[in-house]
Amino acid sequence: MRASLTKRIVTAGFRGFYRNKTVSLSSIFILTITLSIITAFYLFHAVFTYTLDQIREKVDVRVYFTVDATDEQVSDVKSKLLGLSQVKSVTYTSATQALADFKVKHAGDQLTLQALDELAANPFGASLSVVAKDTSQYESIANQLATGSGLLGDAAGAVDKINYYQLKDSIDKLNNIIGWTNTVGFWLSILFILMSCMIVYNTIRLAIFVYRDEIAVMKLVGASNMFIRGPFVVESVLYALIATAITLALFYPGTIWVTKKTVIFFEGMNINQYFVDHFFELGGMLLLAGIVLTVISSLLAVRKYLKI
Amino acid sequence: MLYFDRVSKEYQDGNKVLDNISLTVHKGELVSIVGHSGAGKTTLIKLLLAEEAPTEGVVSFYSDNIHTLSGNDMVKYRRKVGVVFQDFRLIPNKTAYENIAFAMEAAGKHDDDIAHDVPHVLDLVDLKSKMHHFPHQLSGGEQQRVAIARAIINRPEIIIADEPTGNLDPLNTYDIVQILKKINDLGTTVILTTHNKGIVDSLGRRVITMEDGRVTRDQKSGKFTM
Repeated sequence: MRASLTKRIVTAGFRGFYRNKTVSLSSIFILTITLSIITAFYLFHAVFTYTLDQIREKVDVRVYFTVDATDEQVSDVKSKLLGLSQVKSVTYTSATQALADFKVKHAGDQLTLQALDELAANPFGASLSVVAKDTSQYESIANQLATGSGLLGDAAGAVDKINYYQLKDSIDKLNNIIGWTNTVGFWLSILFILMSCMIVYNTIRLAIFVYRDEIAVMKLVGASNMFIRGPFVVESVLYALIATAITLALFYPGTIWVTKKTVIFFEGMNINQYFVDHFFELGGMLLLAGIVLTVISSLLAVRKYLKI
Repeated sequence: MLYFDRVSKEYQDGNKVLDNISLTVHKGELVSIVGHSGAGKTTLIKLLLAEEAPTEGVVSFYSDNIHTLSGNDMVKYRRKVGVVFQDFRLIPNKTAYENIAFAMEAAGKHDDDIAHDVPHVLDLVDLKSKMHHFPHQLSGGEQQRVAIARAIINRPEIIIADEPTGNLDPLNTYDIVQILKKINDLGTTVILTTHNKGIVDSLGRRVITMEDGRVTRDQKSGKFTM
């Protein structure tokens, strides 16, 4: 009996979807726009996160050692830094490497290179490049490295300078931008999700408004609420399936085009590759969002006309 | 089988459309309810279909107060009542066959019964050749015959026909009345509201006359008198 009821509901849903082409097409059109907005946000968020990560990677705090610092002292500081929970990585640059880097950097500046050659010894000390897990943690790391904090211990005398305080303003600005964009992004997402829900709900509500008299007749000929609601739910699932497929089909060439235009700007991020790598995750999310939006909207819209 | 016990209906704007109606409809009767527009006929039908609730009094089907029936019991009650409207109210995106089959599907009838009964009932109303037509492909009289077929398909105990010939020409009116009469002859109770004097007089059955929300006359074998 239940299998027969399900078969009747599914058949009626497919038949209604096919026969009411105008309503079905307009619902799919609106849902496709909504899902496209969600997809655009999804990709924008990926690009934004990638770009921020790139910027974060470029920020570090350097601990410069005196030329007299021993390898043991540098190694001691490095292991202590790695022991800090805020530290993501510590990269060691030897005095010899620092000199080589300087020469490469100033290859066109003969005057500087000649001056350097006049010196009897390497004027550069070793250094440690410290990358924090989060840019907001640099201050804490710098404070722990400050003299008297206890972290450096016997190696304190070997530290020449820590460049955090020169970078402090830039890091603070970056932290502010990250915080601000995260907040704005969050509220924009909420706003767009709410707008999407309202657009879909109103579209489905209008579509079902057309059927209000039919729903009343169905009630009067003795149909149960489930028997009336069922086909609308099936139609809603069909809208979501087709709108998801269209959205994904549109975004595939779209991301290829955007990637060609922006690959340099986004420092190597391939949006199309990201789209392909996350195809099933994105498709599943869109389908789920589409089904939840349309099914809830249709249940709410039909409920109004079932009250007789 | 149907009892109106001191039933009144007053809308929120203070308009009293039914005033202290008491009447009984017995099993197997064919009752015509007549009256001017605004006399309260349609409201009476709406109370019977539980589309609206009375302000005072009780409408009972056997011993059940139909306005206190729960969801499932209401569905069962409505399956015992076949309804025919003046404007047909067929489902426009379903064929004649599907409109009738829908009532059977809603009642949980088996597919084999549907496949057997629907063509049979369409044959009864002389529409077998148009079973796959959509409502907009049928004339008014044909649509009303489909509506009657839908109303009787589940073998209801009562048929309620609210101005069923209001939108039809005399020839189709005659056909519809003959079908309703035949249904009644087979034992189904029929309640018919109409403005049509010719129908009422030709039936020669019970006539209830309404005026300003009251029953002013109830004749066992009456004529259209106002």
